[in-house]
Amino acid sequence: MKSKLIYKIYMSLAFFFLYSPLLVLIIFSFNESKSRNVWSGFSLKWYLKLFSDKEILHAIFNTIVVAAVASILATIIGTIACLGILKLNKFSKKLIMSINNIPIVNPESVTGVGLMLLFVFSYNNFKILRPGIFTLILSHTTFCLPYVVLSVLPKLRQINQYIYEAAQDLGCAPFKAFFKVILPDIMPGIASGMVMAFTLSMDDFVISYFTSGTVQTLPIAIYSMTRKVVSPEINAISTILFAVVFLLLLAANFKQVKIYK
Amino acid sequence: MKIKNFSIVYILWMLIFTIIPMALIFIFAFTDKSGEFTLENFFYVGRYSNVFLRSIGLGAISTIVCLILGYPLAYIISKISVDKQNIVIMLIMLPMWINFLLRTYAWMTILENNGLLNRFLSILGVAPISFINTSGAVVLGMVYNFLPYMILPIYSAIAKIDKRIVEAAQDLGAGKCNVFLKVLLPLSLPGVISGITMVFVPAVSTFIISKMLGGGANILIGDLIEMQFLGSTYNPHLGSAISFVLMILIFISIGIMNQFDDSDEDLDEVGCK
Amino acid sequence: MKKKLFFFIFIFFLSFIVVFSFILYKNSQKSKITINVYNWGEYISDGSNGALNVNEEFTKRTGIYVNYSTFQSNESLFAKIQNGGAKYDVIIPSDYMISKMIKMDMLKKLDFEKIPNYSHIDESFRSLEYDPTNEYSVPYTWGLVGIFYNKKLVDEEEKNINWNILWNKKYSGKILMFDNPRDAFAISQIRIGISLNSSKKSEWLKAANDLKQQKPLVQAYVMDQIFDKMSNGEAALAPYYNGDAATLLERNKDIGFVIPKEGTNKFVDAMCIPKNAEHPVEALAYINFMCDPKIAAENIKYIGYSSPESAAKSQLDPKVANNKICYPDDQVLKNAQVFTALPDELNAFIDSLWVNIKTGEEGNPFALIAVLIGFILLYLIVFLLKKKKNKTV
Repeated sequence: MKSKLIYKIYMSLAFFFLYSPLLVLIIFSFNESKSRNVWSGFSLKWYLKLFSDKEILHAIFNTIVVAAVASILATIIGTIACLGILKLNKFSKKLIMSINNIPIVNPESVTGVGLMLLFVFSYNNFKILRPGIFTLILSHTTFCLPYVVLSVLPKLRQINQYIYEAAQDLGCAPFKAFFKVILPDIMPGIASGMVMAFTLSMDDFVISYFTSGTVQTLPIAIYSMTRKVVSPEINAISTILFAVVFLLLLAANFKQVKIYK
Repeated sequence: MKIKNFSIVYILWMLIFTIIPMALIFIFAFTDKSGEFTLENFFYVGRYSNVFLRSIGLGAISTIVCLILGYPLAYIISKISVDKQNIVIMLIMLPMWINFLLRTYAWMTILENNGLLNRFLSILGVAPISFINTSGAVVLGMVYNFLPYMILPIYSAIAKIDKRIVEAAQDLGAGKCNVFLKVLLPLSLPGVISGITMVFVPAVSTFIISKMLGGGANILIGDLIEMQFLGSTYNPHLGSAISFVLMILIFISIGIMNQFDDSDEDLDEVGCK
Repeated sequence: MKKKLFFFIFIFFLSFIVVFSFILYKNSQKSKITINVYNWGEYISDGSNGALNVNEEFTKRTGIYVNYSTFQSNESLFAKIQNGGAKYDVIIPSDYMISKMIKMDMLKKLDFEKIPNYSHIDESFRSLEYDPTNEYSVPYTWGLVGIFYNKKLVDEEEKNINWNILWNKKYSGKILMFDNPRDAFAISQIRIGISLNSSKKSEWLKAANDLKQQKPLVQAYVMDQIFDKMSNGEAALAPYYNGDAATLLERNKDIGFVIPKEGTNKFVDAMCIPKNAEHPVEALAYINFMCDPKIAAENIKYIGYSSPESAAKSQLDPKVANNKICYPDDQVLKNAQVFTALPDELNAFIDSLWVNIKTGEEGNPFALIAVLIGFILLYLIVFLLKKKKNKTV
């Protein structure tokens, strides 16, 4: 049983390492004074200040719009693409999968720089794609697409092809057959791809930094806050984000545990 | 319309937003301001070779630290009961959902000269140590930010291992050490490989972490690229050349890593993991 | 059951997005016209601590919304504009950057009839060398560079503090330095007695060597982070702009500020409209609004920099208006030098010097080539080994 004890100690240390910075952020979001490491009393004023800060609210709005549009767009394009990819011959399949992997393995800063060059180039020459919220959506869709494809494709490969044909034989129109037969089966893959795309987009800083033009998303606003006089509003944001994510995951997990039982 | 053609939108999209940007980086890297062919940019990149060396060095160190910390943790997690495993994995992923700028910023408050860690040390009677603005702080920031990328793939590789294989090895008289070296390690190798890649690539190319924890004097490749495009020294041609070299380095190291991955290279496997 | 779960999460997720974005949309609803203003960090009265929120006041008066964002250095402002795309309506660069942008035809000529409040700008701030014909810019603030020091950590008396203290080994690891080439070089140039606008490469090289010698003593190269680092007592010495003295001195009583007598750099930051601005008319209205003595006074009161408008200055608390830090004696001003634009080629040279200072010794190109070859060799070795292994199996 000695090893069990060592396991427990190691695990607690690891969790201490992972959570101590977050704990510090959360505790000091309730601090009375502006200082970020001297405690001087409990207060909620940074939260109030945060909710009256138009710039930050607007940044949150931008972030959610971009994440929602980009993840939906990526899910639709990616899912439809998967249907086609499965029918391609071996060589084209291999080629497409390698291209699909480029945004995943490429360093984020290189992807961001490349997209920035593209947008600037197209704007200077064709007067389209001016950096702004539109280009932000385009670039977020680009780096989300591969993840959607990677999570839908395996599910699509697992389903029995004959069911689709059987549905058609029984007089179902192709599109209806797709919605009735295939879609429900690959739904978990689509949903997890979309959730992944949404969170990736919400969290992205590097690529947005290079492609956003004058638009501010939350990570960009946070970045400019860390460069300036740092206000505990930043701690308040992290606490709220943490609470939201924690509750969402808890809810999902609770549901799951119930199902297992 | 044939189903085959369904992927046309996707292919066009990837062509425009993935292939063309890479081509633009390539073109910019080999031209000068007036658009004429030149190799001068690469000559300048050579001048920054110490930045490359530092980035690769710090990236490698943090990858190794992540592996040393992460492997045992992944192993321990796989040992606990199944329904608890999910919760633990969730708890490991949870900090990842908070923006990395905020997490790194939190380390700033801890590591500062007047920060929490030094305050704690002074209670214990230890003289203040300067943690921040050192390469050590940068490595710490990288390890903290990328550790879950190491733990998760290793965990899923270990969890997949059939318990009976381990038992069989034990029945055949293998000691703890041998079970680990001959059974567990080889079978979890794919996880280790993908963990190494997933940590090394972002660690080498990161920017901001070095700015926030390294004090601006420990600049890395990512910072160098940022400086050329949006920072204090504007030169997109040089920036592209640096990105180009970085890309080559990354692709070669991924190539090396893939060679270690013994799993089936059959196409139908792609995307199944 | 599992499908249902996913469906449930999915719906929850979607409704969450919809509701949340609707609330936010309500909060941030905008009129049709929004101007993009690009300014230095911490350089406008933003409504904190009971001060007037200048941008909101502008919206209230004109109905035009302001999308306000900030930059860290003139160079990054230039990069962002040059990189195309980002279209700002009002930008506030400093003197030398303005003349560079005028030369590169990046600024619009201003219609001064639309800026009646320009009449409040003092005569001494019109037609300065960066904009000799007075067509492109309207001064926003001006200031000088000085040294912030923490009295608890620095034992020198105030009158003995000059630029040399930033090279004093006693304060190793406690010195902050500018994170932009022009400001950083200027300090060294004044110290060794070279013109800030020298056209000789050899002189810049000399200053660069001086800065390289300083590097081991420097804790960090930062810009606005000095507020944080100085007020927390993280650093003992930092050169920065006099306009920030009021804020910093108030935040930490141990901090003092000196403008060295040997000379310093005087800068003027002025409002300009880029060539590609989308709303130039509204931008003019914004500039005019900022020149309104009342607004200018409110703004100056908060940001603490010196105003180019006597009318605004007269509305300030006499204590502030007669403050030697913000409005120093002629003696100090006489020794102050102003930046002018440098030729492109020289700028590129300075940039490379600057990167070199920050990255340490110039690297050996062969090291990089060796690394690349090493990586390729490693790849080949692993590849061949694997092939061999596969054959034997």
